[in-house]
Amino acid sequence: MILYLLCFLLFLIGLYGVVTRRNVIKIVIGLVFMEFSVFLLLVLIGYVEEGHAPIVDEAMVSGPFVDPLPQAMVLTAIVIGLAANAMLLAIAIRLYKKYGTFDIRKINELKG
Amino acid sequence: MSIIVKKVAQLLSGLIFMYGIYIITHGHLTPGGGFAGGALLAGSMILLVLAFGSDVMGLKKRETGSSIIENSAILAFLVFAAVAMLIGTSIFFHNFLPRGNLGELISAGVIPLYNIFVGIEVGAALFTIFLALVIYKEEVLK
Amino acid sequence: MEAILTIILIFMILGAIYSLHAKDLLSALVSMGIVGYGLVICFLLLKAPDLAIVQILVETITLVIMVSVVLDSTRYELKEKPAIRHEGEPFINSRYVGNIFIGVLVALVLLYTYQFAIEDLTRFGEHVMRMSGTYLEDPANQTGSANMVTGVLFDYRGYDTLGEATILVTAVVGVLTVLRLKGKK
Repeated sequence: MILYLLCFLLFLIGLYGVVTRRNVIKIVIGLVFMEFSVFLLLVLIGYVEEGHAPIVDEAMVSGPFVDPLPQAMVLTAIVIGLAANAMLLAIAIRLYKKYGTFDIRKINELKG
Repeated sequence: MSIIVKKVAQLLSGLIFMYGIYIITHGHLTPGGGFAGGALLAGSMILLVLAFGSDVMGLKKRETGSSIIENSAILAFLVFAAVAMLIGTSIFFHNFLPRGNLGELISAGVIPLYNIFVGIEVGAALFTIFLALVIYKEEVLK
Repeated sequence: MEAILTIILIFMILGAIYSLHAKDLLSALVSMGIVGYGLVICFLLLKAPDLAIVQILVETITLVIMVSVVLDSTRYELKEKPAIRHEGEPFINSRYVGNIFIGVLVALVLLYTYQFAIEDLTRFGEHVMRMSGTYLEDPANQTGSANMVTGVLFDYRGYDTLGEATILVTAVVGVLTVLRLKGKK
């Protein structure tokens, strides 16, 4: 049970980074930490003690398998996370070109 | 970049490309599959572009080539899924090619073909994102 | 297994706390790499080899893109004081202590209510496969592939793969639109 609590602590640290930091790059880093904690929690739930990796071949003695369904979901989610990060970084490049700074309080004050 | 980095990148990127193709085509026998192999293909081309600069593969100032490859790969994926609906039963993603013996390279119906198309699509998409965000943003930041 | 995973998770949490407080942006990105590669080790220990390959490649590509974005701009976080301070005030004033106290209080309340939510989950390592029970009745002969994760991704759950490919294409179109030049004259 302590593993689940540590995953939630990593999620809270990412949320703290999104809410309180002033730099746009730090906000993106906080969002990445929130995604990582969710991936780890999903794979932790599907683990079976003394289980084999989910592949069938001749050199395997019989035994329980690790659950393959959360692994398939997290495999899709990792690539989707990369796509979302790429969109955020494109917007950050545009913001830097227009205002000359990454500070979100300065972006609020200058006129376009 | 210095001469050592350029030579090592030249030698390694071919090996990484071959390893990516191996992981894509053996996706139904060993761990890997379409997504991992596609990311490896993108990685080998990113290594070449980082070592030599942006004028190594004749890159023009538009990303048209990799965009066309990516879009045609996802179109082929959809065509295969739609053909399965017209032939035989009317299920969208049905596995209609014959399945061979378990554990051989040519087996499991349409799954190797799906792996190849998804691998090409993921590799081209990651390479296009890299080109647009790293190489071509000097035109935006002028 | 629990002890090793707990140690690696504590390293990741320490790296995450440092990464959000670093003055130099490149140090923050290197600390993000600690969390990403620690996650690869966790996936390998939890018997998930496909996820480890994808995570290590995606983490490297993300780090390369972010380093390129940071190096073309200001590197240091702006050294401004977070609040208005007059001359002669001590560093630990009432506002600073109040912020820390509220932060710790909110975190403790959320952790306490989270404990009620995970009471119904089974212990770590004893998983009752209720949802994938029908997927694990002889998958090698039903789908034809020896890799169960590929069989689940492309045969039982094909729509999820189609949705993920659509998201990738949409992201590429979005990035190319945001960074477009102002049209040709």
